[in-house]
Amino acid sequence: MDFFDRFAVPHPSFLIYASMVGIGLTMLAIVVGITYFKKWGYLWREWITTVDHKRIGIMYLLSALLMLFRGGVDAVMMRYQLSMPENTFLDSQHYNEVFSTHGVVMILFMAMPFIIFFFNYLVPLQIGARDVAFPRLNALSFWLFFMGMGLFNISFIVGGSPDAGWTSYFPLAGNEFSTSVGTNYYMIAIQIAGIGTLMTGINFITTILKMRAPGMKLMKMPMFTWSAFIANVIIVFAFPVLTVLLAMGTMDRLFGTNFFTTDNGGMDMLWANLFWVWGHPEVYILILPAFGLYSEIISTFARRNLYGYKSMVASMVVISLLSFFVWAHHFFTMGQGPLANSIFSITTMAIAVPTGVKIFNWLFTLWKGKIEFTTPMLYSMLFIPLFTLGGVTGVMLAMSAADYQYHNTMFLVAHFHNVIIPGVVYAMLAGLTFYWPKIFGFMLNEKLGKWTAWLLSVGFVLAFIPMYITGLDGQARRMYTYSESTGFSAMNMVSFIGAAIMAIAFVLLVYNIYYSIRYSPRNIGSDPWDARSLEWATHTPVPEYNFAITPQVESTQPFWDSKKNGHQLFKGDIEKIHMPNNSGLPFIMSCIFFVFGFAMIFSIWPLAIITLIGILGCLAYRSFEKDHGRYISVEEIKETETRLRGAKK
Amino acid sequence: MKELFPIKQVMGFAFSLILTVIALLVYFTDMSYTVGMTVLLITAFVQAGLQVVVFMHAGETKDKGSIYLNIYYALLIALITIFGTLLVLVWDM
Ligand code: HEM
Ligand SMILES: [Cu+2]
Repeated sequence: MDFFDRFAVPHPSFLIYASMVGIGLTMLAIVVGITYFKKWGYLWREWITTVDHKRIGIMYLLSALLMLFRGGVDAVMMRYQLSMPENTFLDSQHYNEVFSTHGVVMILFMAMPFIIFFFNYLVPLQIGARDVAFPRLNALSFWLFFMGMGLFNISFIVGGSPDAGWTSYFPLAGNEFSTSVGTNYYMIAIQIAGIGTLMTGINFITTILKMRAPGMKLMKMPMFTWSAFIANVIIVFAFPVLTVLLAMGTMDRLFGTNFFTTDNGGMDMLWANLFWVWGHPEVYILILPAFGLYSEIISTFARRNLYGYKSMVASMVVISLLSFFVWAHHFFTMGQGPLANSIFSITTMAIAVPTGVKIFNWLFTLWKGKIEFTTPMLYSMLFIPLFTLGGVTGVMLAMSAADYQYHNTMFLVAHFHNVIIPGVVYAMLAGLTFYWPKIFGFMLNEKLGKWTAWLLSVGFVLAFIPMYITGLDGQARRMYTYSESTGFSAMNMVSFIGAAIMAIAFVLLVYNIYYSIRYSPRNIGSDPWDARSLEWATHTPVPEYNFAITPQVESTQPFWDSKKNGHQLFKGDIEKIHMPNNSGLPFIMSCIFFVFGFAMIFSIWPLAIITLIGILGCLAYRSFEKDHGRYISVEEIKETETRLRGAKK
Repeated sequence: MKELFPIKQVMGFAFSLILTVIALLVYFTDMSYTVGMTVLLITAFVQAGLQVVVFMHAGETKDKGSIYLNIYYALLIALITIFGTLLVLVWDM
């Protein structure tokens, strides 16, 4: 029995047992459902083995929405626990597990796949390409991410969740203080997903540099593609640090090395240091694509060319460089002297400058524009003031001397939610609403969409503004409860109400999807928003080859020019198109990775060695595999084109 | 015949072996910490440069410019990270 004991949850509760049953039943229902409707073949052919950037994108989207739900449930549980003093809904151990999971899930398994969904779906379309540079690698990226996500998510029912925070600082995360396998899950699940993300970075840099349509110079790329490019450059430079860091952490926990221990020459603070060397650029990886989406949306609905294209690009380049110079602002209080702190204070404040430039560019784009308040635009308009507030409190935090007061309080929690929710989450929802018709062929309901945006914002303000106040009054973050006499109760109740309203907004979003699937009209054409860039120039639904004829580009908004200024996008005749073949290898290899990860987490060495050999075997197989792709014939393209053109009417 | 024999690569290989031997000397002989570190740092950087130029063909295509730009950018970030870390954890502790 000893062998199985370790899979038990160390600190169980009714909720965890209920989730086990729930997850078990859901899995069973899915398997039975797929078998009953005979969809296994379809799933395998059309989705699991696909290398099409659009389908991979959609799978990222589904993962992100699922994780938004999971992370959201965690959030509401935390807010409920804190809504009353001395609440006993969660005990301290469960609270620790919940906030650790919430952070990792939201950043790495919600926000990251959400932006990668946009990279995948939009970048090839925006630059007029047929797919990404390495389609097979792209599938591997997704499946590795997916398996990492899966591994992380089973932790709370098999062996126990990580409980040392999403930052997992040592020595707390070391074997001495974190005895369950939870932190092993953290190290290995994130590692596997991170490898996938790193490959995404390489893939998109290559795609953007090498596969642009003729005439699309770098300075003629759509703003979202620019932001994706910069974000991917940051990924390629920042993620290796995470890879190495997690490998070192894994070795400390599993093989008794002493990188981050407090004795034997280890240095626990090195973890915090390296974590933020990756961590700070990571927040810019998230926010830059969000900025890109806002740029597309604002210029579309202000019916104007984006103001200050060059300064937009320049500010992103500067941000990407500066984002590597500021990491120590996350631990001003760790004990280094005023010299180091002052340097990092100044570099941090410097980032606010290019960010400000972007805000002003958006405002100037709106200036004299014919603004149209659609749902995506509403999100963008809510974003500007709310995000600015978060930026300002960021600058407050950046003053190292003052940070001794704010650090590790609810003030900090309010700051980063204030930049991440209106910054990243709104952009994701705005982008989703904006591109939904391109992806699925019908619009999301505008009325429900606007309700969602407003509810989300009301909920956001109620949930997070009070934290600034209690934070300044000294309410520490990551504390599972507090006493009546602190006087924090009223504010925390307000926070809980805000969180509940945000949860309702999420339900409304899901309802909107359901409602629109049923009732939304399907005859909307391929350009329902009267937009500007290339992704709108092809049919809806987008054929697998994206563009029958490669588009010609002369400006930053070729599609707009083709509509208004007589620019001819598609010159020449249809030719046969070369496309990559589907492959099951990425999925199979990722499954082996999953088992490998599991074996590592529970120190089942024979299994780990066998699966490692399996992974190497997959790599070797791929090296010797001959796969030259396939051609879509001219007749087939013509047929598809007529069919899709017909569908438009 | 001359074009067929990869003289550059063979020389490069020999040179990289020599660099490895020099680095190993730090372990096998009795150098002071400073001398040892200096030797290691220099041989490491020369070795890395050698690999990139000779074996990964950095300067041989018309992408030369972007390849070197990329390498210098990486170097800059690595140096910033290292010196920043030293500043935070050692020099200003
Ligand atoms: C004007 C721009 C910004 C400035 C000056 C700034 C400054 C700071 C500072 C100084 C801290 C550390 C405070 C402390 O630990 O006491 C911090 C934390 C944080 N910031 Fe920002 N920030 C800015 C923008 C952003 C953006 C755009 C994001 C994300 C999209 C972000 C996400 C975060 C996160 C996630 C944390 C802390 C996480 C943790 O400790 O768990 N910040 N910020
Ligand atoms: Cu930061």
